Amino acid sequence: MNRINEVFEAFGSALILAWRAFRSLPSAPRILRRVSEQGYLAGYTTLPIVAILLFFIGAVLALQAGNTLRDFGAKQLIGTLVGESIARELGPVMVAILLAGRVGSAVTAELASMRVSGEIDALVTMNIPPERMLVLPRLLAVLLITPVLTIIGNIIGWFGGAIVCAGVSTIGVEPEMYFQALKQYLTVQDIMDGLIKAEIFGFVVMLIACSTGLRTRGGPREIGFAVTKSVVFSLIAILTLDYFITKALD
Amino acid sequence: MASLRSKSFSPPVRDDRSPVRISVSGLGKSYGAQGVLHDISLEVKPGEIFVIMGPSGSGKSVLLRHIAGLELPSAGTVAINGQDPSLPDTRDRFALALVFQSGALFNSLSVYENLALYPLEHRLCPKPEIRERVMRALRILSIENAVHKLPAELSGGMKKRVAIARALVMEPQVILYDEPTSELDPVMAATIAEIIATLKEQFSVTSVVVSHDRDLAFAIADRIAVLHQGRLLTVQTPAELRENRDPIIREFLQPSINLQEPRFKKLEANHD
Repeated sequence: MNRINEVFEAFGSALILAWRAFRSLPSAPRILRRVSEQGYLAGYTTLPIVAILLFFIGAVLALQAGNTLRDFGAKQLIGTLVGESIARELGPVMVAILLAGRVGSAVTAELASMRVSGEIDALVTMNIPPERMLVLPRLLAVLLITPVLTIIGNIIGWFGGAIVCAGVSTIGVEPEMYFQALKQYLTVQDIMDGLIKAEIFGFVVMLIACSTGLRTRGGPREIGFAVTKSVVFSLIAILTLDYFITKALD
Repeated sequence: MASLRSKSFSPPVRDDRSPVRISVSGLGKSYGAQGVLHDISLEVKPGEIFVIMGPSGSGKSVLLRHIAGLELPSAGTVAINGQDPSLPDTRDRFALALVFQSGALFNSLSVYENLALYPLEHRLCPKPEIRERVMRALRILSIENAVHKLPAELSGGMKKRVAIARALVMEPQVILYDEPTSELDPVMAATIAEIIATLKEQFSVTSVVVSHDRDLAFAIADRIAVLHQGRLLTVQTPAELRENRDPIIREFLQPSINLQEPRFKKLEANHD
């Protein structure tokens, strides 16, 4: 029962935090520097790992699908399969998982450590809302960088598939055919659906990270627990939301 | 805070700059089944240095956090000039500053940025004026050479002084100090005590100091409250407290070191 209460409490706190943060939205022009700093931390530094991961996901997808589709005589559709899978599903989900593991965990650790060392209390006594100074810049940054990361990740994933299709002799699909199939069936709507998903995932990951960090009490051990909790909650949220958003967008 | 306040600077909300009164009435605090404070009532007069003493775990810091508005009472009330300190409006009006035991400096910001944060965030004055205020506060505490350093590069004493300087830049009417001399050598502790007394002299700010440092308390306090196991034992002037014959207070103020009958052995015997 305590566990269930804890989950509801965490959920409620996250919603209240989001509300308080966005109530400070009129002050957004004053926090542009912090937004750009957070955008750099969350976006630029995550980009290499997004690129590597999506490249190999595209490559593996093409390899697996290529051999199967070849047996059915439909290898010309590999581009469609890889393109759709990455744009609608794997791109947004993988970017969100990387954000949770790389950015969310760091944000939780930073805010939890600020809470434990009294920095958050110091902000409160100075009448500087932590939601405005610490949470809003991170939420805005993640809203800005997630679609960019996803688009770049998608493109790299598609190229990963194309390289495998061309390079693996048993598949033997030329890039022209691969990209033609990709363009033929992949619509702007598919890409937009993927970006909507990515945006929601990114926002939720950052909200969970900030909320978990700010709710930490205790010492260094609790900071570690908070980071674990933040990543686990984020992963559960990403996969649960993925189902419902996919259903809603169908 | 005359010397710190620039002529062109007029805070938007704070119109009355006189020192404020702090009233604690019937304050109780429990965390679950554990009672930490029990029926605490006291008044801190405007402009006085009020020291709260007591053994470790007596609830001093929890009481201070209630006065700072960081904790909500389980029972009773805390008021600053009749207003609830947990409300942002009250903090804005009276510019309440808390000097944390650890300093609680923002580790990712330089000393300058730590001090400039409050006036910048509240848009109290233009940037050149903020710089002037920050540098003046650093000069008062003799730490101008630390202006570009990060908190991690400072010693314990420097951190405390930067934390006091940060409070000073806020031009507060109330400064709350949580164990300002803990973990400091005797010379640095005396320096901090002198700084607290000087700030009161110069700026007539109401100061509440939580400490178990007897020398500090007797040197600078106008009145001293003694807490024991979450209860208020007495509020007296230093001279009155010296004459107090209450055995708990005597034991706290003048603990004798008895190597023949050590306390921990008595406690062990009682436990068995």
